[in-house]
Amino acid sequence: MLDIKDISKTFHPGTITEKLALSHVSLHLAPGDFVTVIGGNGAGKSTLMNVIAGTYPVDEGTISIKGTDITKWSEPRRAKFIGRVFQDPMMGTAANMMIEENLAIAKRRGKTPTLRWSSSEKDRREYRELLANLKLGLEDRLESKAGLLSGGQRQALTLLMATLAKPKLLLLDEHTAALDPKTAEKVLALTEEVIEKQKLTTLMITHNMRDALRLGNRLIMMYGGKILFDISGEEKKRLQIKDLLEMFEKAAGSELASDSLLLS
Amino acid sequence: MDLIISTVSQGLLWALLAIGVYLTFRVLDIADLTVEGSFPLGAATAATLLTSGASPFVAIAAACIAGMLSGVVTGLLTTKLKIPALLAGILTMIALYSVNLRIMGKANLPLLSTDTIFTVLPLGLDKGMTVLVVGLLIVLIVAVLNYWFFGTELGAAIRATGDNPHMIRANGINTDIMIVLGLLLSNGLVAISGALVAQSNGFADVGMGVGTIVIGLASVIIGEVLFGTRSFKNCLISVILGSIVYRAVIAVVLQLGMPPNDLKLFTAILVAIALSMPLIQAKWNNLKRGMR
Repeated sequence: MLDIKDISKTFHPGTITEKLALSHVSLHLAPGDFVTVIGGNGAGKSTLMNVIAGTYPVDEGTISIKGTDITKWSEPRRAKFIGRVFQDPMMGTAANMMIEENLAIAKRRGKTPTLRWSSSEKDRREYRELLANLKLGLEDRLESKAGLLSGGQRQALTLLMATLAKPKLLLLDEHTAALDPKTAEKVLALTEEVIEKQKLTTLMITHNMRDALRLGNRLIMMYGGKILFDISGEEKKRLQIKDLLEMFEKAAGSELASDSLLLS
Repeated sequence: MDLIISTVSQGLLWALLAIGVYLTFRVLDIADLTVEGSFPLGAATAATLLTSGASPFVAIAAACIAGMLSGVVTGLLTTKLKIPALLAGILTMIALYSVNLRIMGKANLPLLSTDTIFTVLPLGLDKGMTVLVVGLLIVLIVAVLNYWFFGTELGAAIRATGDNPHMIRANGINTDIMIVLGLLLSNGLVAISGALVAQSNGFADVGMGVGTIVIGLASVIIGEVLFGTRSFKNCLISVILGSIVYRAVIAVVLQLGMPPNDLKLFTAILVAIALSMPLIQAKWNNLKRGMR
């Protein structure tokens, strides 16, 4: 589904703040793969996510989705294939627009906007049903502004928006990190549910090792702009937190392991 | 009575400017100074066409198109050339000063002996009432069109661009195009406003744009404070009423004996106070709770 070949990205090249964020990374995701991504700060997780989404271009290498080379595509153009939920709950919804209007925009993700009125009565029925599934009491608040919702509600709404028009690839960038533990758990449960239901190919960054082990069929760990290891299937199921730490120490070849991983 | 009618009519003619400023300042979240040039541009274009014998409808349509083009120029300067929006607007505004002089051929163009939109319609009313009725009609049409357009997918995409560019880009909308489109619509409306004001005043003047951004902001803020911001429809109505209230305030202070030359100073102070209102309110609340 997703094919990343040998991509590199350096920020501020030639200056004192030069930073190699991705170094010759290659990654292949089969349809339906649910990959959790862990690694310390500055490991390149978010950069990986952002170059896939097209927030900034890569210096070299190619990115394809379902055989289409999207390396040169702009961020809005890639939205046709990609659904995203950001770490910051404020980033995924338009605060001054109604929930209904936010959903209407998401429903047409990647399509050219027309002069049709944005939601019909039929759309509203559909939105109400989908919102009811979230069990957050949002189904009666279609005309509320999204900015009035709590962080958890906004993140759940963003998740619904990212998957409303089924994406080829779902990118989750620590989307529960800014929420309190209980809300985070709820949003994570909704995430699992929608991925399972729609059989979505997903890349999820997390700081939480337990979540990384528990969720998905595949786990990759990044360090210094590279993928340190990539574990899937039965091997992932047997994996424990202490195994991860050991492997990290061996692969990174340093004593930094527990520090730089910033485990929660 | 005459004063009330003329105050309301002026408020209506300037309401299109206020809607234009609302579209950039609130919807796109850009302070667009192009209006200081596109307002007289609309006046100059319409006046020049009217004196050469064109119909008022053609003159207003041409003014609108000219205004839209000026909006596109600012839009391209800020999106494609990455010039900060405020500066891009100033550049277009300055350039338009020369353009307006070229269009008119001189600094002031009287419209006393030509037909205007206020003389050609067979309404059978006196001059004051005609301006009121025509103004009301045009504002109604523009408000309904705006309400419709900003409820469509395209209009919603423009609103979301000003609200949260990250979100709308992640949903596949090119924000550059939306910004250009928003500036186009805004300055088209502002130019129509200029064309109408010139026809009502009986002249177009190259200096008539000075301070229009502040007048527009005053109308937007007065309207929002007095009439609310619950929904887009509510905002549109608020802004139109705000423009009328602004004219009423001006009429009152002039009646009370303020020299007309001080009007711009008065308006600027009014807007400065209104813009700092949220901060003043917060400070005041803190003081009341005994906080320092």
